[in-house]
Amino acid sequence: MTDESRRTIRFTLNGRPVTASIAVYETVVEVLQREFALFGARESCGQGLCGCCTVLVDGTAVSGCLYLAAFVNGADVVTIEGLAKNGVLDPVQEAFVSQGGLQCGFCTPGFVLMTKELLEQEPHPTEDQIRRYLSGNLCRCASYPEIIKAVKMAADRDPRSEKLEVKS
Amino acid sequence: MSVGQSIRRLEGHAKVTGTAEYIHHLRLHGMLHGKIHRSAVAHGRIVRIDSSAALALAGVHAVITIDEVMTLAPNPYYGPAFHDQPILAHEKVRYVGEPVAVVLASDPHIADEAADLIQVEYDPIDPVFDEVAAARPGAPIIHDVLKPAGMFTDLKHLGGRSGTNVALDARVRRGDVAKGFAQADRVFEDTFRTGKVIHATFEPMVSVAELNGADGLTIHTASQSPSFVRAEVSRLLGWAENRVRVRTAHLGGGFGAKLYIKLEALVAACALLVRRPVRIALSMDEQFYTITKHGATVRIKTGVMNDGRMIAREVETHWNGGAYADIGPRVTQKSGFTAAGPYDIEHVSLDNYAVYTNEPPAGALRGFGISQLVWAYERQADIIARTLGIDPIEFRRRNVLRKGRPHATGTIVSDMETDAVLDLLEQRMDWRRPFDRGSGTIRRGRGVAIGLKACISPTTSVAMVLLHGDGSCALQCGTVDMGQASDTALAQIVSEVLGIPTASVRGVRPDTDVTPYDMATLGSRSMFHMGNAVKAAAEDVRAQVLRIAATSLETDVSELECVDAEVVSSRGARMTLREVMLARFAMQAGTIVGVGSYTPSYRKPDPSTGQSPDVTPFWMLGGAGAEIAVDTETGRIDVTKLVNVADVGRAINPASVDLQLTGAAIMQLGFTLFEEMVFSDGQVVNASLADYKIPGFLDVPADLSAAYVEVPHSQGPYGAKGVGETGVFSPSPAIANALYDALGIVVTDLPLTPERVLRAIREADGRPLEDE
Repeated sequence: MTDESRRTIRFTLNGRPVTASIAVYETVVEVLQREFALFGARESCGQGLCGCCTVLVDGTAVSGCLYLAAFVNGADVVTIEGLAKNGVLDPVQEAFVSQGGLQCGFCTPGFVLMTKELLEQEPHPTEDQIRRYLSGNLCRCASYPEIIKAVKMAADRDPRSEKLEVKS
Repeated sequence: MSVGQSIRRLEGHAKVTGTAEYIHHLRLHGMLHGKIHRSAVAHGRIVRIDSSAALALAGVHAVITIDEVMTLAPNPYYGPAFHDQPILAHEKVRYVGEPVAVVLASDPHIADEAADLIQVEYDPIDPVFDEVAAARPGAPIIHDVLKPAGMFTDLKHLGGRSGTNVALDARVRRGDVAKGFAQADRVFEDTFRTGKVIHATFEPMVSVAELNGADGLTIHTASQSPSFVRAEVSRLLGWAENRVRVRTAHLGGGFGAKLYIKLEALVAACALLVRRPVRIALSMDEQFYTITKHGATVRIKTGVMNDGRMIAREVETHWNGGAYADIGPRVTQKSGFTAAGPYDIEHVSLDNYAVYTNEPPAGALRGFGISQLVWAYERQADIIARTLGIDPIEFRRRNVLRKGRPHATGTIVSDMETDAVLDLLEQRMDWRRPFDRGSGTIRRGRGVAIGLKACISPTTSVAMVLLHGDGSCALQCGTVDMGQASDTALAQIVSEVLGIPTASVRGVRPDTDVTPYDMATLGSRSMFHMGNAVKAAAEDVRAQVLRIAATSLETDVSELECVDAEVVSSRGARMTLREVMLARFAMQAGTIVGVGSYTPSYRKPDPSTGQSPDVTPFWMLGGAGAEIAVDTETGRIDVTKLVNVADVGRAINPASVDLQLTGAAIMQLGFTLFEEMVFSDGQVVNASLADYKIPGFLDVPADLSAAYVEVPHSQGPYGAKGVGETGVFSPSPAIANALYDALGIVVTDLPLTPERVLRAIREADGRPLEDE
């Protein structure tokens, strides 16, 4: 690779100013993994369809497997690793653990970040709003019913109040 | 008491913070990335491989073909049932997408670019794709000679057989099926088909190999079967097993995709050839060229009396195994023998054929062939019931196999709650309530189905439980947690035995240098087999602890028990586990090792009749009920209600059981309504999640639930059976039976795409749609 294909970017990563030397064709996921050893955003489908690579750029959820690293120059980037503060889980993370809204866990960071964005915009979403907002994230283990409960719990609503109860 | 409690999964914190370890994340110093060049033809002889352009690209370290691999592994063929799959294509290619060469480079982008620069010249051979056509005489032959793995005595007779694509034929004969058909009032005969689908695990397959000292090798791999990988790679290299270390981490999904050998032999060969660590990580699309679920053609003929009793059943199933056997012959045989269903039928004849075709290999996918069979026998059940004017649940009740009765294999059924499952299904479906079938262009229907599986046998699990010097506890076992929460459930068993909190039991990730043998994490076997092994290992630790405490407390072992992380005597004396360790080793140190092993009893079936008095350690029974709305103008099905019901023995962790049953239901919903690999001349044309849709939030039925029957299994740990697959057995026919209920149309092939449904509607209306 020639030198013209490389550049240095500066951005805020989980609240900390950082610098990285990148190739222009590299994605956010590649740079987070190689330069910062952050693996919570990970590539799965490679097409921006599954949401496993989700990161927040200036507060907006993007697909890190398609988003070029060069574009985050000067931006504020938050990854799943930036959510817990001093070892205390974010309420959304806590809700996913408590409601069992995960199985293999590969897609979980994406769902958690997307839920963060949802609750910023709509603090008390209906079940239909949750389904539609999160429909861009996929879970092959299909923990969808439990994810809805987790989002409701995070939104400080009673998870027992609506349908889709999974109970024996 | 932790068994029976919905304890939170132990690794939940790591997974929601993005810190859980997956092999996908592993990077080693000096590591090279491998990218695979794949076959462009479905069947052909390799004339020439030209790697010169790839090697000329700056940054390319090496190009590996089978010639280099064979300097290490002179016989480079592997597989769990047949040694038929070469580490890289050898002389021939047998499907589009088969690995032919690997480019190694420090930069994965360069490796990727170079892989496209390899030129391969092929001499094409006629391909065959359909499993029934491939089994006929005169079909193009895909493997010149059959090569069953030597370790299986029941496959020995197949060795050296040539001129056929039928890798294995397995049969069951009970009674006299011809006599049964002659006696029957009515005989029904139908053929049902299922297409190929894939696992689409979100962590695509990934393996990393590195040298380990002067004569060893470490393989880090996203695998469900580390013990098998060690044995098979050792065999290929001609090494003792102790020179190969295979370790894994959390798996980003498995579902059967990550079993046996996938990339492991290839990365091992690459690392040994270049003497550097090598990583090969597939992309999502490459998984479509690696392993699939069998498509199947099932011809089913059933003789019935006018009162609804089935007295004879003949089932002939062709399994599309693709180009390499993988575990297909075992699917054929060990699921094939359940093809008569959970029914008590006097005369049974079952023939199953594992067939090679020029499609990507098929192996295990959640259910191991069962859902293909249930699709056939439960669709036919409703055709029979309707023809005879019997309610579908009542029809099943008149025929189900009950405890104490012989299964078609001759094994007397035990520990299976057939009636309870049917009753629960009926109740959950509110079956006796009047049902509104809609009007106009939106019609509604409801249907049920039940399916049976026999857990694969014989297999072994070995476990160790360690008590460390400070009284903390570790569980060392080879069960791979790929999301099913096995770490948590197995820790609950240790907790129950030793009286310590579940969260204090540290699960050690499977590592063949550390964790003892386990056959694999597959077929819903782990809770039962490993559960029993872990329970025995924990009981071994407890026995040692109690003996030490009895000496220290000057009492008898029978006076002691383990509660709240202490040993407590009936007279009130106490010792913490720390104090026990101090008493045993005279300092705060040492290790108490408990070992447990479990191999259930088993009797090999007679090869000519399939009869065995002891064919499985446990029967799995799963039922499903569905309500649908179908748009008669578009053929679109909306599943409004889906219930999964299972016989689970005992739920060790009820929340995890629910999660398995509903997760399986949604996965099977995808296989029922839209998932299907589409081929054109052997080429998968929808190898991406953009073109191969999997279920998302908007596909989940508004009313989705799971329910289960708990009657403890006599041999299960605390009565538990496996449950990972039970939820996939029955949703497909339940949904199609609901369509049948709504419109009376028969759709024989999965998936139930709008086009297929609309064609059936129009056909029934006498206004068929034109062909494409």
